[in-house]
Amino acid sequence: MIITTTTMKMGRVTVFDLSDFLVRAALGGVLLALMTGPLGGFVIWRRLAYFGDTMAHSALLGVTLALGFSMSVEIGIFVVALAVALILNAARLRVALPSDALLGVLSHAALATGLVVISLVGPVRVDLMAFLFGDILALTRSDLLILFIGAAVVLAALAAIWQPLLADTVSPDLAAAEGQPTGAARLIFMLLLAGVVALSIKLVGVLLITAMLIMPAATARMGTRSPEAMAIGAAGIGVTAVFGGLGFSYGFDTPTGPSIVMVSAILFVVAAIAKALIGRGD
Amino acid sequence: MTKSIVEVEGLGVRRGERWAVRGVSLTVGRGELVTLIGPNGGGKSTIAKTVLGLIRPDEGTVVREPGLRISYVPQKMTADWTLPLTVSRFMDLTGRLSPDDKIQALEEAGADHLIREPLHVLSGGEFQRVMLARALARKPDLLVLDEPVQGVDFAGELALYDLIDRAVERLGCGVLLVSHDLHVVMARTHMVYCIQGHVCCAGAPQQVAENAEYARLFGPGATGAIAVFRHDDAHHHAHEHGHDHDHHHHHHENGEGDSV
Repeated sequence: MIITTTTMKMGRVTVFDLSDFLVRAALGGVLLALMTGPLGGFVIWRRLAYFGDTMAHSALLGVTLALGFSMSVEIGIFVVALAVALILNAARLRVALPSDALLGVLSHAALATGLVVISLVGPVRVDLMAFLFGDILALTRSDLLILFIGAAVVLAALAAIWQPLLADTVSPDLAAAEGQPTGAARLIFMLLLAGVVALSIKLVGVLLITAMLIMPAATARMGTRSPEAMAIGAAGIGVTAVFGGLGFSYGFDTPTGPSIVMVSAILFVVAAIAKALIGRGD
Repeated sequence: MTKSIVEVEGLGVRRGERWAVRGVSLTVGRGELVTLIGPNGGGKSTIAKTVLGLIRPDEGTVVREPGLRISYVPQKMTADWTLPLTVSRFMDLTGRLSPDDKIQALEEAGADHLIREPLHVLSGGEFQRVMLARALARKPDLLVLDEPVQGVDFAGELALYDLIDRAVERLGCGVLLVSHDLHVVMARTHMVYCIQGHVCCAGAPQQVAENAEYARLFGPGATGAIAVFRHDDAHHHAHEHGHDHDHHHHHHENGEGDSV
């Protein structure tokens, strides 16, 4: 609807083609926001913002892997992001380093290695700008199908582990003592996070994924009193940011991924100011 | 005889090079209130966590009856303000409870007025009441309480121990209670284990109070403590022998509510 009116107003000639890729972009963005919103709550509660960054930074290595073994980019990224997550979890227990420093090491090691390896592999076949910032307007129908299936799987799995994961987030000891399958929930959560990173590279790129995880959830925190409300609110705010960003990008001819993130930052600031003025909630 | 739901045999847990606890054997039966007392750092919480399966023993065995419904009040737990959680929602954390059960448990713990409050705005004492209410509302078979009355004022402390007592009777659950605060606890407990790296002495409260090891651990003044409800926190004097305790002074670690 919005897209049609924008198109009408702008008076472009190639109305049908335009709306088609914009519709695809909007759909892709909505699917992404539906995943990152609820997952983002856990990223905030479990203090995983830099962790998400680290996973994202390892994605270039995943792209290289995918090219080398000629498999889909999503799978390559997923495998590497997951490996990084598992390495990090194992190292956390054995390396005498605070976790932010550890993340700093791993994150930049992964990014640098990815850049080096891809130059060694041969002629660079990766559009680096698209990789870093995403190209949501270039989504194909098959991309959308993958996104749709991915989002369905991620949301179903998150719903399934919601109780043990939430309990583990509040108190790992209490949750485990009272029989919650916390180990399985944590592992599945890592899989989901790696999956979302892999699915969102094409849309918003390596550098902006964490923003989509954190910003909508942080914005939703300001008006909600339950974790479930925060998750749903975050999804809604993410969707709003996607439409706002697409509209902005279309209207002012700006890169779409950054526009979406910028709009979600604006939503965050507006919510923060509104909350300060009204002074309600906690 | 009560049937044991927890059997610990020759338990040892290593922490780095040294043993945090070693050679600990104990049982908890249904309807039984078992208390671990002893100085801070003596390994009480380690034993409790091993019973719960949170720590794997380095030697010995821990056997829990299969299918036990367990409630746990951990010693250290803080509410994170980034996670919006009301008291009511918190009580559903590891399994949904009926609204009636929640309200009743909160009422008994003197915390029903907090049901809609976000968890992270509660005071230390309020938080402990909510924790205890949640644990009891779950109607557990085994209740493990690690310093459950910390931050609660003296009068409230007595009320909460009464509540635990009644829960043992009503639910018929086994309770493993960890405390450094022996006097209030000891008057009601069925079995007491004094822990300082190992079981220094064990038995019914009166037996333990007359035990020489107990006197060594808590100072000679502590032997008369069961009659006196409470005096100075014993662990402060754990290694001061011959110290004359002041039986009239109520000292609270958090400086809260001294009124009796």
